[in-house]
Amino acid sequence: MSDLALDVCGPDEISESVDVQALSADTHIGDVLGELERELVGLKPVKARVRDIAALLLIERARKQVGLAAGSPSLHMSFTGNPGTGKTTVALRMAQILHRLGYVRKGHVVAVTRDDLVGQYIGHTAPKTREVLKKAMGGVLFIDEAYYLYRPENERDYGQEAIEILLQVMENQRDDLVVILAGYRDRMETFFRSNPGLSSRIAHHLDFPDYSPQELEAIAARMLDSMQYRLSASGTAALRDYIPLRMRQVHFANARSIRNALDRARLRQANRLLASSGSKLTREELMTIEGEDIRASRVFSRGDQ
Amino acid sequence: MRITQGTFSFLPDLSDLEIRAQIGYALDQGWAIGIEYTDDPHPRNSYWEMWGNPMFDLRDGAGAMAELGACRRTHPRTYIRVNAFDSTRGFETTRLSFIVQRPVDEPGFLLKRHEVEGRRIQYTIESYAACAPEGRRYQE
Repeated sequence: MSDLALDVCGPDEISESVDVQALSADTHIGDVLGELERELVGLKPVKARVRDIAALLLIERARKQVGLAAGSPSLHMSFTGNPGTGKTTVALRMAQILHRLGYVRKGHVVAVTRDDLVGQYIGHTAPKTREVLKKAMGGVLFIDEAYYLYRPENERDYGQEAIEILLQVMENQRDDLVVILAGYRDRMETFFRSNPGLSSRIAHHLDFPDYSPQELEAIAARMLDSMQYRLSASGTAALRDYIPLRMRQVHFANARSIRNALDRARLRQANRLLASSGSKLTREELMTIEGEDIRASRVFSRGDQ
Repeated sequence: MRITQGTFSFLPDLSDLEIRAQIGYALDQGWAIGIEYTDDPHPRNSYWEMWGNPMFDLRDGAGAMAELGACRRTHPRTYIRVNAFDSTRGFETTRLSFIVQRPVDEPGFLLKRHEVEGRRIQYTIESYAACAPEGRRYQE
């Protein structure tokens, strides 16, 4: 009810000045930005852009309070970058920011791919897309690998229909929903070139850089910490050797590859602990991932070849 | 004769803002919204036509309002109601149902008296509107 009132009526008393600090404190926007800063390693340009957007939205709200023209800003975004660079995580944070500032009413994220939007036969696509859009209203619609929506090689592809409905809603119901399109950079560029209508409705293009080996190491440390594991000294050294090797291999997916590598290291650690005859395991042993757990990875054996 | 079925039916018609707020309340309770329409106002007509599927997993009323708008455009002169369905075990039923559109002119009901054996009277009601064939009941 309260957010409804905010949305429909808007602040009706118009004053001459507005306390931006108070507004910022009211919305706890600093907390979300701080969390973003703390929780995500690296991603400097992305964080800067998110901060810019948050500032713009805050000022937009302040302008509205003193009665200045505030056409609801276009908030649709595109997140481009390689896999595992944190696009989904940032989208979640973005939804929080937009929610705190009152630009979306609920602040939930509905993450979809082509399969959720495009139907399998004639007449299936429109209801399917609308269904998803309805679910996303009041929040953020995150379309991962958005370029799959458009298949130029098949002119009867139903993806075009989904794009048209999407465009219509993006334009006419800007207050109800924010759309974030995500995917690889080069393919997104082709996608936008062939869908100029879509590109022109997207105000913010955020590019997610790849992580450096040091950043990946920091990410690994955080992941382990959250799972209550830790690396021994040999483990740390092994991971430091592992990361550049893994980066050179195909299907390297930044943080996701690191997560998978750690999951496999946990498997090997579990195996090692079971195999080691000792019947009593200390807390320390249960927590520690040794160098051998990481060095058993195929990545190293391939490196030897 | 203004028919009174469902919640709020003794109040003046709800505005869009009020409908939106009621839908918002239902969604906050975790209920699913369904939209139904009919041109047969008989009180025992429990099976109204469904407008699309019931909307599960909505978070915000905007989607339901868009569907309601589409239903109104297609059926501008019928009754439309909004149902809120609670799927919680033990309830599994409609928790809230209210009319959001009604025809401008509601002609009301005819009370029929049917004399049966022993001069007893059986009563029944019949909607004047429903005497016309379906789809031609509430024309200008």
